[in-house]
Amino acid sequence: MGHLHRVGRASTVTPTVDRLGAGAIVGFARVLTGVRALWAGGPPTAGPRVYFANHASHGDFALVWACLPPDLRGRTRPVAGLDYWETTPLRRYVINHFFRAVLIDRNTETRTEDPITQMATALEGGDALIVFPEGTRNVSDERLQPFKSGIYWLARAAPDVEFVPVWIENLSRVMPKGRILPVPLLCTLTFGEPLKLHEGEEKEAFVARTRDALLALAPPEM
Amino acid sequence: MNPSPQQQTLNLFIGIGLVLVVASVAGALLKRYVAHGAPNSVIDNLNARIKAWWVMVLVIGLAFIFGRAGVMLLFFFASFVALREFITLTYTRRADHDALATSFYVILPLQYFLVWIEWYGLYSIFIPVYAFLLLPILAVLAGDTTRFLERTAKVQWGLMICVFCLSHVPALLNLKIPGYEGRNALLIVFLVLVVQSSDVFQYVWGKLFGKRKVAPAISPSKTVEGLAGGVLSATVLGAFLWWITPFNVWQAALIALAINVMGFFGGLVMSAIKRDRGVKDWGDLIEGHGGMLDRLDSVVFAAPVFFHLTRFWWT
Repeated sequence: MGHLHRVGRASTVTPTVDRLGAGAIVGFARVLTGVRALWAGGPPTAGPRVYFANHASHGDFALVWACLPPDLRGRTRPVAGLDYWETTPLRRYVINHFFRAVLIDRNTETRTEDPITQMATALEGGDALIVFPEGTRNVSDERLQPFKSGIYWLARAAPDVEFVPVWIENLSRVMPKGRILPVPLLCTLTFGEPLKLHEGEEKEAFVARTRDALLALAPPEM
Repeated sequence: MNPSPQQQTLNLFIGIGLVLVVASVAGALLKRYVAHGAPNSVIDNLNARIKAWWVMVLVIGLAFIFGRAGVMLLFFFASFVALREFITLTYTRRADHDALATSFYVILPLQYFLVWIEWYGLYSIFIPVYAFLLLPILAVLAGDTTRFLERTAKVQWGLMICVFCLSHVPALLNLKIPGYEGRNALLIVFLVLVVQSSDVFQYVWGKLFGKRKVAPAISPSKTVEGLAGGVLSATVLGAFLWWITPFNVWQAALIALAINVMGFFGGLVMSAIKRDRGVKDWGDLIEGHGGMLDRLDSVVFAAPVFFHLTRFWWT
């Protein structure tokens, strides 16, 4: 695919426009959701990390992004699905230039690059990532869907990297799947304690441990 | 002899400013010589309240500079923030999305537009009648019956409190009171000052003499002594402010009493909701001072009553 490199160069050509665009999105998200970040698991730190969050809305990664301190934001990249973001030129521009996303092909049949390798490469380059281990947006009444095993394979590929759980509360109510008009509600993002893959930890154990760590940050249900 | 409305308003704000300067200096001295700069919950709370008053007075003062439009915009914004806080703490489902979007993007602006064009006949029934009927229709079209009555009732209640009741503060500008032309903004000052000072007086009286709790299950800090002393003090303050109102001294006192009692119960009702939802504050608009609804709970309950008492007897 090779467009990761293309993106890197393009961002330095029009950095002002991209920074303004990203700033506008962050500002809009802030006004709409009055978003509040609770760093329950220690203050934000720079360097390669993986923020993993619950996924209920297209705005999820923008909100995680908006909560990060500005200097960290520039080095934090969402991992997003190629099938959604490559469909129109505008989406493609926004996701590549404003967010510098790592775009992955979710279709195992046709893809030419391995998503785990793509993500690991970004981490090796010093970037942090935002991932949604549920794989797809949650439209059920369940708080959190089962995790896909991707988070384990990523941890295997980058065993020294910390995984930070991020519970996004309310954004699914602001902009539920299938709706375009967002409703202004207050959102809270809780950043939990970072965790790492233990030596010899099994896939099921790590997936369950990360999922429990995320769920533990969720406030009691109404 | 008779100062102009602008002069009167300015004098009033200067007076309030002086009181706040004295309060701020006293707070700083207490912090320095009594608390010795260390954290002290009572003194810190006092200073937080004084700071919140500064913010409130400056924001309202700024709105007054921009006149009618400024006041309308200020309360429109306050309603927006309050409704956002309220709905955030309310159980809703995906099927409520249209009803919620309509509440924020249609009903809220329309209510303030109706107040702006002074259409009393419609803004006084728009939310209690039309929004009341429209919201369950929107919710039922989405086809989800889970906790249906609870969901529609709560959205309606939020609109009543945060939009309908609060819009009666700027609606005071619409009252045509013979001999009081051009001074209506002072009615807003009277309402806000009396009701908000009642909160302060209740706090002070409660701290000094409070023994018997009024509603231990709802608000453990509220005492009978605080309530009586606070409401009476604020009523006396209202009587002293008769000169900025169309009322005479005893009328000003009676009206102040009515809005203080409403304000007290407003605070109690909103506390009950917070307690039920398991939160301490509605939001965190100003760091450490809670949300918009924490600041406005008593004003919200007092505003429509103040509006209608004044409208009924003085217009």
